[in-house]
Amino acid sequence: MSLVSIRDVRKSFGPNEVLKGVSLDIAKGDVVAIIGRSGSGKSTLLRCINGLETYQSGTIVADGIEVGGAATNLRELRRHVGMVFQQFNLFPHLTAAENVMLAPTVVNKTSKAEARATAAEVLAKVGLSEKMDAYPSELSGGQQQRVAIARSLAMRPKVLLCDEITSALDPELVNEVLRVVEQLAREGMTLILVTHEMRFARDVGTKLVFMHHGKVHEEGVPKEVFAAPRTPELQQFVGQVS
Amino acid sequence: MSYKLQFAELLPYWNVLLYGLVFTIALTIVSTAVGIAVGTAGAAARTFGPVWLGRIVAVYVELIRNTPFIVQLFFIFFGLPALGLKLSETTAAFLAMVINLGAYSTEIIRAGIEAVPKGHIEAGLSLAMTKWEVLRRIVLNQAFRKIYPALSSQIIIVMLGSAVVSQISAEDLTYAANFIASRNFRNFEVYLLVALAYLVLAMLMRAALRALGRVIFKAR
Repeated sequence: MSLVSIRDVRKSFGPNEVLKGVSLDIAKGDVVAIIGRSGSGKSTLLRCINGLETYQSGTIVADGIEVGGAATNLRELRRHVGMVFQQFNLFPHLTAAENVMLAPTVVNKTSKAEARATAAEVLAKVGLSEKMDAYPSELSGGQQQRVAIARSLAMRPKVLLCDEITSALDPELVNEVLRVVEQLAREGMTLILVTHEMRFARDVGTKLVFMHHGKVHEEGVPKEVFAAPRTPELQQFVGQVS
Repeated sequence: MSYKLQFAELLPYWNVLLYGLVFTIALTIVSTAVGIAVGTAGAAARTFGPVWLGRIVAVYVELIRNTPFIVQLFFIFFGLPALGLKLSETTAAFLAMVINLGAYSTEIIRAGIEAVPKGHIEAGLSLAMTKWEVLRRIVLNQAFRKIYPALSSQIIIVMLGSAVVSQISAEDLTYAANFIASRNFRNFEVYLLVALAYLVLAMLMRAALRALGRVIFKAR
């Protein structure tokens, strides 16, 4: 049974159809790398999975909850589906620990002490134990993104959506974030990543999805797909980015 | 041009002046607190609330921002009794100031809310927080930080503008001045003194608001 099931999803922004019938199955423990040109619909697809975007037709079921229905309990859905953004989006008025503690205390009504213990645990996991009381403005981009990952992990999600999480980073900071994601993958976290890091997609991914013009154009095991892309579009894309 | 200043003639009225001063300060503080609460609710309705509520708030804001304060005050004090709503001078003054500041601060706070990056809101929602939790825990704090100077200025404007409430006999500082001048005809002295009192009050309030801001928005 798949953890996330996407069936024939269509989505338009006005007259512009960005998803033209996307279907995808993601099992528990999968590390799915979604690649493709900008405008191919990768980020929109990701944002549909946790209900940040609505879609016009098709179905998405994540962890047994159907997304996009009028009566969908988005709160329940998002407790199990975490998201990390390109722009980190840390809350600037809160310290790293407070950023991590906010959702557990507000949403799960966890006590402050317990939330702080969780924050210490997840911040240690991303290698930032000594930065608990630092404000986002005092952290580098890579550190901020790792706090953002920790913030999502504190809610114990079953799936983590990563939307180009290294694209806003200086090149020398990319690896510290990718190492954290790789560790999560090893621990069995289900990950769906929109990424431009082809080497990472190939080495860490269990599944590669190439999107083109709002459709899944090609998918398969990353190493095989990269070694022998079947469609000319993917051949061209791989040729350009590597 | 040989006018002889006679401030001594104001001395017998010191208690009238003091009462007016305290009245003005109290009226400003109370109506500022309530007015900002109204403004926060208005801004929240316009940005996070349903469309119909946002429209109602927009009408309120435009109505108040495009009419003179003194007309609003007169409408409340002299107009509303026709509907059977008769208010004391003090209540009418308070209400007029709250309604006035509420409208201006709605726009100021809304600007602050809209300046918060959309990504922060999405990050909050993605963490399973509701729209209102996001507003309260993430957006408002950042918004107030951004607009605090503008809001402070508006509070000073409201304090100075409160002089108008003397026109419905609310016993503020300007009312005290009018009262004294009508008794001893020392218009020059009394209005000079009261002008200075407003000046000092405004400067003190500015300083107090700045200090308050440093306490509220400590760190970074």
